[in-house]
Parts: sequence; C-alpha cells; structure tokens
Amino acid sequence: MRDVAIVGVGHSRFGNRYDVRIDELAWEAVREALKDAELSAKDMEFLVVGCTGGWSAESLPAVICSEYCGTLPKGSMRVEAACATGSAAVAVAYNLVASGYVDLVLVLGVEKMYESPGPVQIELIGRAGNYFWEFENFGMTFPAYYALHATGYMWKHGLKEEDLAQIAVKNHFYASMNPKAQFKKKIVVDTVMGSRYIAWPLKLFDCCPLTDGSAALILASESVARKITDTPVWISAIGASTGTGNLSKRDMFLNLEYSGLESAVEAARQAYKRAGIDYNNAAKHFDVACVHDCFTIAELMAYEDLGFCKRGEGLKLIREKQTYNGGLIPVNIDGGLKAKGHPIGATGCSMMYSLVKQLRQEYRELAGREAQATIRKGRALAHNIGGTGHYAYVTILSLEKPHK
Amino acid sequence: MSDLAKKSIKEKGLPLIEEPKTKLPLYISLRELSLRYHFGTAKIQTFFEGLKEGKVYMTRCRKCDEKFFPPQADCPKCLESDMEWIPLSGEGELLTCTMITVKPSTFAHYDNYIVGIAQMKEGVRVLAWLQIDDPRKIKPKMKVRLTTVRREPEHFITYEFAPM
Ligand SMILES: [Zn+2]
Repeated sequence: MRDVAIVGVGHSRFGNRYDVRIDELAWEAVREALKDAELSAKDMEFLVVGCTGGWSAESLPAVICSEYCGTLPKGSMRVEAACATGSAAVAVAYNLVASGYVDLVLVLGVEKMYESPGPVQIELIGRAGNYFWEFENFGMTFPAYYALHATGYMWKHGLKEEDLAQIAVKNHFYASMNPKAQFKKKIVVDTVMGSRYIAWPLKLFDCCPLTDGSAALILASESVARKITDTPVWISAIGASTGTGNLSKRDMFLNLEYSGLESAVEAARQAYKRAGIDYNNAAKHFDVACVHDCFTIAELMAYEDLGFCKRGEGLKLIREKQTYNGGLIPVNIDGGLKAKGHPIGATGCSMMYSLVKQLRQEYRELAGREAQATIRKGRALAHNIGGTGHYAYVTILSLEKPHK
Repeated sequence: MSDLAKKSIKEKGLPLIEEPKTKLPLYISLRELSLRYHFGTAKIQTFFEGLKEGKVYMTRCRKCDEKFFPPQADCPKCLESDMEWIPLSGEGELLTCTMITVKPSTFAHYDNYIVGIAQMKEGVRVLAWLQIDDPRKIKPKMKVRLTTVRREPEHFITYEFAPM
C-alpha cells in the first residue's frame, strides 16, 4: 500500500441554503479545494461523492456534480454510510490511491436536505434503523435512537440533562467563531434546559440541525503530493465497523455496566492499532479531534468509545471543561455537528477539512486564535458515526508520513 | 407549498415562490412522489400467525441454540435454517426508554408515545411502545409485560409493553 495525503481542502457555508442547487453547492467546496491545491478539475482522476440523499431531487448526485464541477469524463461513484458517508467516501478514495489505481482523487461530501419539508426529513432519518422492527409500528426518530442511549447512560452513571447542556454550550461557543457554521449565537445552559423536548431526555438544543452543505478533499499519492504542497496531511489510519440494525441487539449499551457504541470502539481500536496508538491513553496522542455530536449524548459517548477517558468518566471531562481548546483534548472546536451543522453526507469531509486546517495551523485564519489548537504531536482524529452506531469510521490524520 | 405554487402559476405562469424566511426564490416541483413499500413475510409467517393468536414469537436455532428477536429463519452462525418457534412469556425488565414528542409525518396522528427496550426472560430483547398512565412512574429495570394489542385508529395487531 502507498501512503496517501490530503493536499487540498474546501468547505461551503453550512446552513439553510435555499440560494443554491446541489451541484452549485458542491462547486463551492470543490472550487476552494482546487484553489487550495492549485490544481484544476481536469487534473482529478476520480470523483468519489458522499451523499446520503432521499430528501433532494437529484438521484445521481455523483454525475450531476461531475458535470458541474468539470471532472468529466473521469470515473465517479456515490457512497452511502448514513451520517458517516463522508468518511466512507474518504476510505474509498484512500484505497483508490493507496492501491496505485490512480494518483489524484477528489472526494466530495454534499447534502441538500432542505429540498424536502422538515417532517419528511424526520421520517426518512427515522427509518435509518431496522425498518420493520423499529419504524413501521413504533415510529422511531433519529433523536429517539440517541435518547435511548441517553436514558441508559442516566440510569447507569447519574448523568444529568444539565451535563449534556454543557456540551451544547461548548459547541455553540466554537461555532460562533467559525464563519462557515450554521449557528453563530453563543448559548448558555438555560438556553438548552428551556428548549422543548424532542425525544425525552433530549431537547431541541441537544440536537444538531438539518443542514445544507458541502466539503471537498483532494487525496494524492506521495510522489504527486510532494509536487503539490510542502505540508501534506497524511491519512495515517482508517478504522471502520458496522453495528446491528436493531438497537435492541446492542449488547454493550444494554448491559447495565456499560454505555457506548460497540462499532465506534471497534473502529477506534482498528485505527489505533494501525497507527500504533494505545487505546487506554488515546487522548495524549492527538492535538485535536472532531467527534460525531449529532446529539449531545453522542459526544459524551464518543469520549469514552475513543478511549479519551474511562467508562462513565466522560462526565468528568465535560464538568472540568477538558475538551475545550487548551484542555486534555480539544473536541469539536469548529462547532461540531451540533452547531456547525450536519449535512449528512458532507459531515465526514467537513471534519477532515477542519482537522487539516488545524494541523497546518491555518485554522486561526478562518476562525481566530482562540479556536486554533496547539499543534505539538501533529496528529488529529475524526470520529464519524452513521445512524446510531450503525456505521462507524475513525480516521487519523498526521503531519508525519505513515511509512518511513 | 403546493397551493402557493398553483397560485404562483396562475399569477406569473411559473411555480416560483418566495421562501418565507429567507425571501429566496424557490421552484416548487410539480411532480409529487408518494411511496409505499411492501415486503415478503413468507419465511417468518409464523410470527404474524402468532400475533393473531395473541403470541409474540422468537426463534431459536436447533443446531447452535442461537436465539433471535426479531425472529429470523436463517442462522448465520452455523448456516442452518432449522428454527424452533418459541412464544415469549411476556416477562421483561425495562433497560431504557424515550418519549417521542416530535413525530415522523406518518405518526403525527398518534399521541406522544414512549418507546422502550426490555430484556425478556427468554434472553432476547424487544423494542416496543410502553403504555403507562404517568411517565414519572418509569423506573430503571422496572418489570414490564409484553402483550399483543390492537393499535388504533388503524385497528391492526401489534405488541407493546405495560407495567407488570
Ligand atoms: Zn445456528
């Protein structure tokens, strides 16, 4: 396998983007990535598009975006892994380059959710489990799946709704500095506590918004990367895992001594093993992390699933503000899904956009000094979950080339 | 939206509207898609026959003893398809729950509902609605009973939990 680097990144403004169609939205990120790498669309040898779809009009987003962004007639495909779609697209592109099949691949994550009304989106995401046994008769929603985890965690570890609110406060705080984020307003614990229940114990401000957005990455083989940039960001390792469709079959979260996502633990262990990182002391290996905080409880579980702390001790990290910039490990200091926004298929690429900017120490130019992590270890982590642990991808980025 | 689009065609000849919040122009597609799926039940027909008799069935692989709920006809462990159909006693212990207040569009006609997962005596776990008069009475690990019920207003048979 050859080493693979990210040599260009781009990101659209996230939010309610009634001003653009899906291909126009894709172009915003693609154009920025091409400019970043000083390449043209014609240089790309393959386009991998992460797009979950269903809520938007185009059935073949990879083709529509290839045409609009000028990568024709190169090969393309659409990848789906629910909310982990962006990371899955990166995994596919990584292998296209690592295998020697091509040298330059454009990865595009794009989602246009606001082409359908809100209730239809809620319905479609609610079906993202095992359809007959969870949705048809019981009407599960995406917040409800995570609420089952939140309740389980409360019953085991004495989690309070106010603790979850602290996570929302942190992520809104950092989103307020990110010019690409959907939400720009800082909030306080009372903002969360005063918001209405969506799926008890989760309230409106525990939930990420529905979002239109795109993010793009250019992946290159070592020899090509060296010609393009002096600061390639290497894909050091990828771990991937799949969880049961039925939440009722999750042994780990339903055992009373435990709360977490088995698939996330498995993906982390795989990635750490490939990168030579000790699971039990993982936080000290990274300068910064983006974790999948589609709901506040999801960020809390991620701390533990990734080995940033022991089981049941995620609460301590929150209460001590250890995941703010300057703490044990800065988490979601781009605002996270919670406040930056969560355009389903684009989220994984958006995480890697933020992490590449952080590692290159360019994030300060985007969002200011307070949001730039100190880069000492030269390593960053993206934890991207599809559904409720149905898919899990952990991607480790590094300034150091994986193979010497 | 569609009424607005019709009005707009009448006035301007195009289904173009102004999005209320952002005031941006939107083209409202005239092609509405409605989807209703159907899927085969032949391999687990016993489950549905059971519901009609007031029973909720699980399956157990006769070769390797693996237990399945939702019931399934094939065992991926030993590659056999020789299943024993076992009706659940209904006795369970509540492991987690949520109350859904923002509902999918196709569930909008129901009152807010509580969904729970319970550990059943037989070793499998079941997800279903929990009927309880006051949600404040819900306790971790409380004993619940699973029974078949008619869901109104459609009047179809399904299963749900109630406190024991
Ligand atoms: Zn078997």
